[in-house]
Amino acid sequence: MAQRRWRLSSLQAIIGTIPLIGVSVGVFVICIIFSILWSFTSSKLFPNFDWVGFENYDRLWQTSRWIVSVQNIWLFGVLSIVGNMVFGYVLAVFMDQRIRMEDTFRSIFLYPFAMSLVVTGLVWQWMMDPNLGVQAAMQNLGLEWFRFAPLTDANTAIYGVIVAGIWQGTGVTMAILLAGLRGVDQEIWKAAKVDGIPNWRTYLFIALPMMRGAIATAFVLQCVGVVRVYDLIIALTQGGPGIATQMPAVFVIQHITNRQNVGMGMAAAAMMLAPIIVLIAIRALVMWRAAAQEKRAAKLAIAAEERERLEAAGIAAPVAAE
Amino acid sequence: MTDQAISSPAAGMATDVAGPAGPKPKRLTASRVGVYAFLIIAALFFLIPLWVMIVTSLKTLPEIRLGNLFNWPSDLTFDPWIKAWTTACTGRDCDGISPGFWNSVKITVPSVILSVFLAALNGYALSFWKYRGSELFFGLLMFGAFVPYQVVIYPLIIAFREIGIFATLPGIIILHSIFGMPILTLLFRNFFGSLPGELFRAARVDGAGFWQIFVMIMLPMSVPITIVAIILQVTGIWNDFLFGVVFAGRPNMPMTVQLNNIVTTTTGIREYNVNMAATILTALVPLAVYFISGKWFVRGIAAGAVKG
Repeated sequence: MAQRRWRLSSLQAIIGTIPLIGVSVGVFVICIIFSILWSFTSSKLFPNFDWVGFENYDRLWQTSRWIVSVQNIWLFGVLSIVGNMVFGYVLAVFMDQRIRMEDTFRSIFLYPFAMSLVVTGLVWQWMMDPNLGVQAAMQNLGLEWFRFAPLTDANTAIYGVIVAGIWQGTGVTMAILLAGLRGVDQEIWKAAKVDGIPNWRTYLFIALPMMRGAIATAFVLQCVGVVRVYDLIIALTQGGPGIATQMPAVFVIQHITNRQNVGMGMAAAAMMLAPIIVLIAIRALVMWRAAAQEKRAAKLAIAAEERERLEAAGIAAPVAAE
Repeated sequence: MTDQAISSPAAGMATDVAGPAGPKPKRLTASRVGVYAFLIIAALFFLIPLWVMIVTSLKTLPEIRLGNLFNWPSDLTFDPWIKAWTTACTGRDCDGISPGFWNSVKITVPSVILSVFLAALNGYALSFWKYRGSELFFGLLMFGAFVPYQVVIYPLIIAFREIGIFATLPGIIILHSIFGMPILTLLFRNFFGSLPGELFRAARVDGAGFWQIFVMIMLPMSVPITIVAIILQVTGIWNDFLFGVVFAGRPNMPMTVQLNNIVTTTTGIREYNVNMAATILTALVPLAVYFISGKWFVRGIAAGAVKG
């Protein structure tokens, strides 16, 4: 009777998780499969199943718009993540100096993250306006040499995007890393001081390696943000000038909407998925190896225990015999 | 930085030799000044765009054209704000950004309620009612947290179109609930996982079932984590642009999309002051959430980011 009631409740649990099952399988398995399938078809405005093999991928990698997108995402990704992490950590270290008004500073550094990337993009577009923005204001102040209008030049536009990205995201990195710093054992600081290690070395070589969790958190947050960068580009540059600030995320959306080339868009989407799959595979491998190591360590521990017991028994045995 | 490096080891050595002698003396060394100088310069970098937004929105167009970006308006005007709210044009429609505001409210409120409820249910089931396969579904969901939206967006468009909810209000609400699910479910699963198991077992012994335990015991206990989830979702959904532009449909365009349309409308002269007023108006809701919630906000981000 009790068993039956349990099973009935279990059924309730399955019913309760129907949305979970629907989303995890329906969206993150079936939708991805369809995306990949359509990337091998000649779908244009509407999806079809007219198989064309790797043609879309071939053409994709001959499209300059896509190649620029890929170059941009690497440049943007590496520079904005490095910039974010370095600037964020420096801010966190300075915040850690028992300063006054810590909460005020924290609020100031963090508020941009609460705002939408569209807002960020529009504000910085205005700041970087060549005729009325920061450049003009500084020149009006007599600094004729001052230049700050990266968005108008195809060679520098991407750096403008990076500045805006760093402005929006550094506060979060700072907050996460500061929490990590505060989590480092106080004894470590005392020990470092006793050893006469200068503060900056303690921060760089002792504290930093000890806060791997916080760094990983900040890093993952950044990576997910970089791959998804769409709103910022649309608001700030619309991919221009020309195709100078195109990104894969923009490329995909353009191809499934205005450009009406679903096959090509899906091929690009599949390429966006590839690095994620690689990362997950690496992580699975690392975890599998860690598990294997743990198992081996556990085996060794059991063996050692056994030996100890045997030894104890071996010593005990003669005593008993006597 | 260098200042500190030079001064601190000496100070450290000195105190070590003398031993701890009461509280640190409060003195204004060069390194302290350096610390504050750096922090203030950094703060200026973060504050200047906000300052520029505010002063630009209060200037008249002729004053803006003088190019003194940072100056406080000499001829203070609130007309840009009124215009941004009521009559600014997006293409042919000239109703300002207020319809976008109400659309965003109509999208955000139900999406937040639905997504947080579903995530709480998922987290509860995944913590206390594990069944064969439940961990697999959770694993897939965590994988989904890393998948770029672009990879799944087109099949979803087709699916929504087939069902007939593409470009409708229910459609965008369901979409936000789908993409909020991975992180929120993780949040609630971690929370319920940290609760003592006796609580659940005692309720089971008393004969309570799946839904009873959820509604009567677990939901009331999960108020703090629910607040974190709500903060995360309100800001996230309000700030969304991509889903709004693709899935909401013309009559339901959220505020971010309408803002972008207003600013990029190229007909007529560009009214920078109106644009900036509209930008601030769009940022107001998440900023209010941020300043009211304070440290909860940071906690939400950190909790949401710790995946797997």
